[in-house]
Amino acid sequence: MVTAKQVWAALAEVPDPEIPVISVVDLGVVRDVRVEDERVHVAFTPTFLGCPALEVMRAQMAERIAELGAEPEVEVVLDDSWSTDRITPEGREKLRAAGFAPPTPRSEGPTLVQLQSNGFRCPYCGSRDTTLENIFGPTPCRSLRYCRDCKQPFEQFKTI
Amino acid sequence: MASPVLRRVSEHARAELLLAIADDELILGWRDSEWTGIAPFLEEDVAFSSIAQNEIGHARALYELAARDLGTTADELALDRQPEEYRCSELVELRLPEWERTIARHVLYEQADAERLERLKASDDTEVAGLAAKIDREEAYHRLHAEMWHERLKDEPRYVDALEELRPLVDRREGHTAELAPLWEEMTIVRRSQPAGTVW
Repeated sequence: MVTAKQVWAALAEVPDPEIPVISVVDLGVVRDVRVEDERVHVAFTPTFLGCPALEVMRAQMAERIAELGAEPEVEVVLDDSWSTDRITPEGREKLRAAGFAPPTPRSEGPTLVQLQSNGFRCPYCGSRDTTLENIFGPTPCRSLRYCRDCKQPFEQFKTI
Repeated sequence: MASPVLRRVSEHARAELLLAIADDELILGWRDSEWTGIAPFLEEDVAFSSIAQNEIGHARALYELAARDLGTTADELALDRQPEEYRCSELVELRLPEWERTIARHVLYEQADAERLERLKASDDTEVAGLAAKIDREEAYHRLHAEMWHERLKDEPRYVDALEELRPLVDRREGHTAELAPLWEEMTIVRRSQPAGTVW
């Protein structure tokens, strides 16, 4: 019989299909793992509801659990329990190393003044002299910014 | 004739509410996606494509919740009803190839949607309140985008006229405009050629 610990370790190897440097565990989308005999129940919270990676993550988690010899049951929880604050410190560091600025901590929700301010750090050179280019980017979870110091455009993970 | 799913809807007040919102988000998502590739500039091409993707994602989550109440699936609710069975507002149905009218709709819709989400977040029904709160996190960015454009265009006569023209449609849900049926044809063509149960 598999243990919850083994399941967590296996899920830590399931990458986000769109940002493969980070795993589903780093992203904080695995809310609960429950082992009942041969059956492994995983409660999974979507990040952005329109994200096409969700189906892939779900299938890959089921596949990894099946490889452990258990019967997977991945439940999608449509509540408000996920926010970008659930991304782990390791996950944030992996994002930064891959050139994505990690999300800022969530406060009251975004404002234009805040997004247009210079509180966002360039993941390449560390400068805060960055500007908002577009609230929207190549996937629902990202905005586009530009670093005026190293002249590098970069993607900012949206805070939600 | 009403589809089998719809005959059950009237027994489920919650499903009825969810369907109206889901239909708004699905149809608006389709209309917004019409700017993909042809928006006035690249940033807006990206923005409207992303907003469309979010709205259709919200529609899917809302249909899934309604589908549980009705014993059906999100796909059946989204794509197997007749055009007259959709409950969306007339505002979202229109094909708006003019930028100022698109922005006017965006601003009016986001205002109305924000009020609706606030009400749903306060609901005693924890599933509805939770999903509304989740949707609202994403909608916050749509509102910022809409506000930014409103600031930019608010003194432009064509934009002001578009707001006046479209405002009465926000809450109009008794019937449909002539523009819904052709959109429905387009939106459901694959589904109708490969009905439920098709294995891809």
